[in-house]
Amino acid sequence: MTLLQDFTKGFIKENPVFIMALGLCPVLAVTTSVENAIGMGLAATFVLVGSNFMISLIKKLIPAKVRIPCYIVVIASFVTVVDMSMNAFLPDLHKNLGLFIPLIVVNCVILGRAEAFANRNNLIRSILDGFGMGLGFTLALVVLGVIRELLGVGTLLGYNILPLGFRESPMLVAILAPGAFITMGLLMGLLNMRRKTTQGAE
Amino acid sequence: MQFMGSVFALAITAIFVQNFVLSRFLGLCPYIGVSKKLDSAIGMGMAVVFVMTLASAISWLIQTYLLNRFGLGYLQTIAFILTIAALVQFVEMVIQKTAPALYKSLGVYLPLITTNCAVLGVSILNISEGFNFLGAVLNGLFAGLGFTLVLVAMAGIRERLEQAEVPQAMKGMPIAFIVAGCMALAFLGFSGFKI
Repeated sequence: MTLLQDFTKGFIKENPVFIMALGLCPVLAVTTSVENAIGMGLAATFVLVGSNFMISLIKKLIPAKVRIPCYIVVIASFVTVVDMSMNAFLPDLHKNLGLFIPLIVVNCVILGRAEAFANRNNLIRSILDGFGMGLGFTLALVVLGVIRELLGVGTLLGYNILPLGFRESPMLVAILAPGAFITMGLLMGLLNMRRKTTQGAE
Repeated sequence: MQFMGSVFALAITAIFVQNFVLSRFLGLCPYIGVSKKLDSAIGMGMAVVFVMTLASAISWLIQTYLLNRFGLGYLQTIAFILTIAALVQFVEMVIQKTAPALYKSLGVYLPLITTNCAVLGVSILNISEGFNFLGAVLNGLFAGLGFTLVLVAMAGIRERLEQAEVPQAMKGMPIAFIVAGCMALAFLGFSGFKI
């Protein structure tokens, strides 16, 4: 396992959302627009890098029996930092993401990486792993956001993409709750299909 | 009478109109992960109802008498998640000592609940929506019941899906999401309700 692999494995091969199905709540809830998706992804990436960094540093000091509560305190501190700075500098985005910013604490991607990776590996590798996983998470959010915003509103990042006729009566269901579940199911099915064919070729 | 009316309205809103899973997207991990078998879905659902009600009560008390009183509002996230983690641990120990039979059926699900975002979600929502103590407890209870309802329904459907002919690539998780989408579509019918 090289350092580069630590970084890139989160993008596709071990993508936290599509392959491991972790941290689904924010993925489905905030991807009604690309802008929200990017904001959420970057917030989670910051927390992931920060918590992996911190936990890798103090892993020798934490008794094994109380490690989970310790991880949660570390993660919650970083989430509070994100919550307050986003409220100060990007109030609109903070309002859109709302409840899901404090809920980054219970995002299983972050706790999962702390337990499975940062707890066992050195500082550099943990930071790279957190960064890669965070970007993979952001990638998944953006893919869903692009599909849902395009179909549900006809725009991307607020710019008009599809013709006026479509924008006047878009596929509203795509930005409502059912659209999130169905888009996610179809994307996972697509990835499964791709994995089957590449495995077959080998 | 008016009291019963508002309790009823709260129940309908929390269970159907603003269902935690299908319209607020909270608690999806157990919804997809623990819905393969009906028995385990019921066990998980009961455990969640129990913990959500207790967590609503305790987090409301902490917010009102500790955080608000001493101006520590910015510690809300950390305080709540620690409370929930401690509460779950405590409940687990109490049940283990007092009701071993119940522990056998709920025990495996309890540790998972700490990272169930529905529990932290309901605690924060209770505060941001300005409920009083009774309202917060009832909201926690009904939200938990709403969660259990869709979890058990989902498990029932997925047990039948085992026998259905599903395309190879869609087996397992993908088809579960499509089913969830259909359920959400059905629950969308409630979204116009205002009581």
